[in-house]
Amino acid sequence: MRFRIFRYDPDKDEKPAMRDYEVVLDPHDRMLLDALVRIKEQDDSLSLRRSCREGVCGSDAMNINGKNGLACITKLSDLKEPVELRPLPGLPVIRDLIVDMTQFFKQYHSIKPYLINADPPPEKERLQSPEERDELDGLYECILCACCSTSCPSFWWNPDKFVGPAGLLQAYRFIADSRDQATAERLDDLEDPYRLFRCHTIMNCVDACPKNLNPTRAIGKIKELMVKRSV
Amino acid sequence: MAVARRSFDAVVVGAGGAGLRAALQLSEAGLSVAVLSKVFPTRSHTVAAQGGIGAALGNMGEDSWLWHMYDTVKGSDWLGDQDAIEFMVREAPKLVYELEHFGMPFDRNENGTVYQRPFGGHSQNFGERPVQRSCCAADRTGHAMLHTLYQRNVRARTQFFVEWMALDLLRDASGQVLGVTALEMETGEVMVLHARATLFATGGAGRIFSSTTNAYICTGDGLGMAARAGIPLEDMEFWQFHPTGVAGAGVLITEGVRGEGGYLLNKGGERFMERYAPNLKDLASRDVVSRAMATEIKEGRGAGPRGDYLLLKLDHLGPEVIEKRLPGIREIAKKFADIDPVKDPIPVVPTVHYMMGGIPTNYRGEVVVPAFSNGRSDPEAVVPGFYAAGECACASVHGANRLGTNSLTDLLVFGKAAAESIIKFLQENPGRKDLPKDAAERTEARLARLDGQTNGESVAEVGMEIRRTMQAHCGVFRFPDMLAKGVKKIREIADRASRTQVKDKSRVFNTARIEALELDNLIEAARASMVSAEARRESRGAHDRADHHSRDDSNWLKHTLWYKDGDRLEYKPVHMKPLTARTIEPKVRTY
Repeated sequence: MRFRIFRYDPDKDEKPAMRDYEVVLDPHDRMLLDALVRIKEQDDSLSLRRSCREGVCGSDAMNINGKNGLACITKLSDLKEPVELRPLPGLPVIRDLIVDMTQFFKQYHSIKPYLINADPPPEKERLQSPEERDELDGLYECILCACCSTSCPSFWWNPDKFVGPAGLLQAYRFIADSRDQATAERLDDLEDPYRLFRCHTIMNCVDACPKNLNPTRAIGKIKELMVKRSV
Repeated sequence: MAVARRSFDAVVVGAGGAGLRAALQLSEAGLSVAVLSKVFPTRSHTVAAQGGIGAALGNMGEDSWLWHMYDTVKGSDWLGDQDAIEFMVREAPKLVYELEHFGMPFDRNENGTVYQRPFGGHSQNFGERPVQRSCCAADRTGHAMLHTLYQRNVRARTQFFVEWMALDLLRDASGQVLGVTALEMETGEVMVLHARATLFATGGAGRIFSSTTNAYICTGDGLGMAARAGIPLEDMEFWQFHPTGVAGAGVLITEGVRGEGGYLLNKGGERFMERYAPNLKDLASRDVVSRAMATEIKEGRGAGPRGDYLLLKLDHLGPEVIEKRLPGIREIAKKFADIDPVKDPIPVVPTVHYMMGGIPTNYRGEVVVPAFSNGRSDPEAVVPGFYAAGECACASVHGANRLGTNSLTDLLVFGKAAAESIIKFLQENPGRKDLPKDAAERTEARLARLDGQTNGESVAEVGMEIRRTMQAHCGVFRFPDMLAKGVKKIREIADRASRTQVKDKSRVFNTARIEALELDNLIEAARASMVSAEARRESRGAHDRADHHSRDDSNWLKHTLWYKDGDRLEYKPVHMKPLTARTIEPKVRTY
């Protein structure tokens, strides 16, 4: 199978280049990550992040034939050759397929991604109805792979000011939690021409999410709450 | 080479469940803490845990920590230390409630309490019938827990060193532990992290087998570092084969599937677990189910064109239960087995999943080793400044076989307990001991060897040899001649591992170098496992020997300790005395 992979090592390369690889696959090689592991056996200098190989840790996000996705759950049989692999767009490249995610995590951290509840905790669990718990479905499952934010033109232009789809999905995850008491504070923080309102509903994020989550819908809900409280 | 140094009160190596729970306690105590992780914390392997956290909350019916304790001791085939087990099961409910208070998105019952599902080996009234004890968030409990703990650490402003790999443990001449050396992956810089207390929460070493549910990062780094620094490894012959890894892919299918009512079938459509465990059937403990499956396959009743897997049936649960309780499983089955479990059974095989052994600790998370002082020998002398928790540690709560859900319980309970021991140690020992001048020597030698090595074998090749050898010689069923050959082979591979060559010489994010450094740890874990397994001439829990078919309490009710130096083995007694409860006396184990 044929691949074209973005290669750049700042230690020795002046500029990035695409390199071609041809690899003989084993019948057990099912996913793109399996092929990358084989390529690395031939050329140990190819650098990428990977861990769980089942789509839950979020390490191996990359741009695959023009679309962001996770290598470990992208089937080789679905890919057109030569498979073109690039690092996630919009973030600085450290090396090869590895990007610097500092800005992405900074935005995630900026939304206070933790439950805020000032009441003294009860002796046992806080109660939450199954319906209230259902509100968190489609939100808490985010794996922070950055496929969504790095497919978003608004995030490319303003990664320092726009929270981006991943961060906003998590902001709504806490707003939607019946146990969280900081909705007003969270909305105040997002009421800003950039932090939330750079989202122009392009919906690349929904298309890119390997977990089938819908950041655009969550962003819509945040906007709705803002409208509601202003009237 | 001058190596930069930084000093901290505590260094935590690893940011999975145990590392994060410990880090939280240490940060909130106002200590200066460095948490090192090879990967961004939420990418740690805890993220892949599915089925739940074991705790006797009693939300679904009567439950008691005494029953949880009994099940855990019986599950361990009596090799678990009963003081540590009592400690764990009694702490468990508090820590689950606390996790809920942190924001964990547990599934709920109509009355608003945390939903709990049945799980293998967990029972009511000392083995009578299954109990619902596993606190879960759909089939993504580990993910929900890891993210919740990370989020709480963000709130506590814990200082993380992300994508830093610890390389070696630092000890002074008295044996006290004084920190680690570590490599910043992005820059290739090495640093000495001088710490008054060091906690290993480095996870397991499942990557020594070719068929494993474990992530690529599970390379036994803590075990390698400990072994190189002269610390023995405990009970490394005990490896859990999870009954349901996706055939061919190895990806985990939670036992929660069987907890929710799924069951296993052989090629004839027979629910064969009824023959092996008439009472708990498919919810017998994992060693029992995996052995039954391997027997079915061996005796020609496996399914599929080559008869090499069994079928996990769950379509009868209906699409609603599957979508609500097991959505992740459905996703995995579609992606990795090309089947939709709403309609068809999932092809599964026993797959390496969990390391019961590890760095020896007591139930306070302190690392303990045999020592001789004041004219008497102590099998469990505390190593000052050194702590371990989670899969890398052996407390031992899992003994010869871990029960499902007890791994997450272990992470929470012993992550916190180790942190509390550290806080106490730091209060009682306010000073900072000096590092020896040559502290970074071992690390520098390893790196220099890699940089200078030419004409060596590739890391990938040697790694493959380790995995093949472990899989063939140290599997579900073990044979004396295969084990003896395995020991010889693994020693030869160890020799080869010391001569590997890395072609990539870049300083920047050199993952080839990282894999070579991981290989140094894998080989120690593999050697410890093979040598310990060869020596244990009985069958207990996950260790099943063809030449000694039954458990032998008169000779083998004891923990193995393996030392890297000369592959030396020692043994120490099992703690049969709980903290307050009555001893659960060994008896024949049936489910």
